[in-house]
Amino acid sequence: MSKSAILRSSIAKKYWMALTGLFLCTFLIGHLIGNLQLIFIHGEEGRRAFNEYAYFMQHNIFIKVLSYVTYISILFHAIDGLMLAVQNKKARPQKYAYNNAGANSSTASRQMALLGSIVLIFIVTHMVNFWAKMHFEHIPLHTYEVTLPQQTNPEMVYYTHNHSLIPIQVDKVVVVRDETNLYLENTDLKLGEGYKDLHSVVMAFFGQSKNGFVTNSLALWATILYVISMAVMAFHLWHGFASAFQSLGLRHKRYTPIIAVTGKLFAIVVPFLFAIIPVLIFIGYVK
Amino acid sequence: MASKTININLKIWRQKNANSKGSMETYKLDNVSTDSSFLEMLDQLNEQLVNERKEPIAFDHDCREGICGSCSLFINGEAHGPDRAVTTCQLHMRKFKDGETIYVEPWRAKAFPVIKDLVVDRSSFDRIQQAGGFVSVNTSGNTIDANAIPIGKAAADKAFEAATCIGCGACVASCVNASAMLFVSAKVSQLALLPQGKVEAQQRVLNMVKQMDEEGFGNCTNTGACAVECPKEISLENIARMNREYLKAMVSAE
Ligand code: HEM
Ligand code: SF4
Ligand code: FES
Repeated sequence: MSKSAILRSSIAKKYWMALTGLFLCTFLIGHLIGNLQLIFIHGEEGRRAFNEYAYFMQHNIFIKVLSYVTYISILFHAIDGLMLAVQNKKARPQKYAYNNAGANSSTASRQMALLGSIVLIFIVTHMVNFWAKMHFEHIPLHTYEVTLPQQTNPEMVYYTHNHSLIPIQVDKVVVVRDETNLYLENTDLKLGEGYKDLHSVVMAFFGQSKNGFVTNSLALWATILYVISMAVMAFHLWHGFASAFQSLGLRHKRYTPIIAVTGKLFAIVVPFLFAIIPVLIFIGYVK
Repeated sequence: MASKTININLKIWRQKNANSKGSMETYKLDNVSTDSSFLEMLDQLNEQLVNERKEPIAFDHDCREGICGSCSLFINGEAHGPDRAVTTCQLHMRKFKDGETIYVEPWRAKAFPVIKDLVVDRSSFDRIQQAGGFVSVNTSGNTIDANAIPIGKAAADKAFEAATCIGCGACVASCVNASAMLFVSAKVSQLALLPQGKVEAQQRVLNMVKQMDEEGFGNCTNTGACAVECPKEISLENIARMNREYLKAMVSAE
């Protein structure tokens, strides 16, 4: 067996599509749970929770590795998918004058490359909107008072720093904020990080009202774009989820119907929950 | 039941030979019995054309009873026409309405080039078969009775179902990707399920898939169109089985 078959044979290409596709489905779940904080935790608490989460996602080594696997999966899935689509176009150089394809298959199943390409354009746009901002641009920091733990001895304050409790004697705890971090007054002791205020960036992106940011006249268009993209994603998954199991040869009288139903539910629920986030921000339900 | 007749319009692909550019031509045919088969209707049209001293339409056919897989027409946008689980020769004109315009086209795939009119060259299927769709049997005088080997009922039934594929190519014709996966998977399954076929199973699936790819068929996206249009109702289960067989062979064959 030639080594190249692992990348070149039609069936092996499908294994890669299925594996990367299913991995991206798990990515969607993780990403969704993180994002749902935007609508389930309100006010200042929500802002803090989301910014801490964003900070964690950028700094945790495990997440970092996972994020690279995700980038590679998207690239691989997209390139492999487009290569397959080009080959498939070539396999029928002359079209039918009249093709009643709707009689035998779903539109989504026949348009995976088109749907995927729209999703790809969305992913790129989305990354420019937020990911690039977060990584490469200056974002104002979100700093806040740190409530130190209740102490038995009022003279002594313990603060966790690098996993150890550090006692410091103070009269009064005053948190000083600078651009990046929170320090105990007159000390070098860092009490916490200042978080890049991604929450406000998101709110300003989709929200019409002010959040200390300029009112965004593009918010409506951004919201529409995101909702449409999620609808496209839904169609991609409507066929894709169950299809991936078939590609991997995972088919069984008992489990395949369950996979099919799960796939349809996944295709509806996940993009729907993603889509309501910008909508709720736009209509001002969350600020 | 009294036989009814209908008048129809036909749009049929005409192409002189493999190298010429074809086009859809329009024909009118009256008094078609609804009891006639689609091919009998074409015979009637050809008679009319011959009487008009025009070139009759070339189309493939042989058994005319759904077992040889020769007939191969893409009728009103579907392989073997709108009916299910039938070949073109088993399709009846009662499926069409009086005054209806019926489109008739050849299978369209790079791997099935048109030879003339509605006739396509399906030798790519033969070459896939030759690449591995067989079992090697000792014929030097001590042949073993195949029925002497016990085979479980479930496997025997599945192998038999896969073996009912008549190699017509409707799966390729209906597939948006012109993929031959249903045909190849039926041929792989039919042998892989049986003890006699297990011996060469790994090499078989690798070689048949390799040949399939080389012939220029597209890649399966699991649309399922093939199984819907297949006159023998070959199941997608066979494609899943081939995907498993191929994975096993790919990681373990030497
Ligand atoms: C988060 C984003 C995405 C997810 C979760 C996803 C998921 C999936 C899944 C599960 C499949 C089924 C695989 C199979 O049938 O074996 C699939 C197929 C496909 N995807 Fe995606 N996909 C995503 C983005 C994309 C992108 C950006 C493209 C780029 C063009 C794309 C193009 C395709 C194509 C062409 C197929 C059909 C491949 C085939 O069945 O042969 N997808 N996708
Ligand atoms: S699988 Fe069905 S449609 Fe395809 S060649 Fe065999 S009988 Fe014809
Ligand atoms: S002519 Fe033999 S199957 Fe139709």
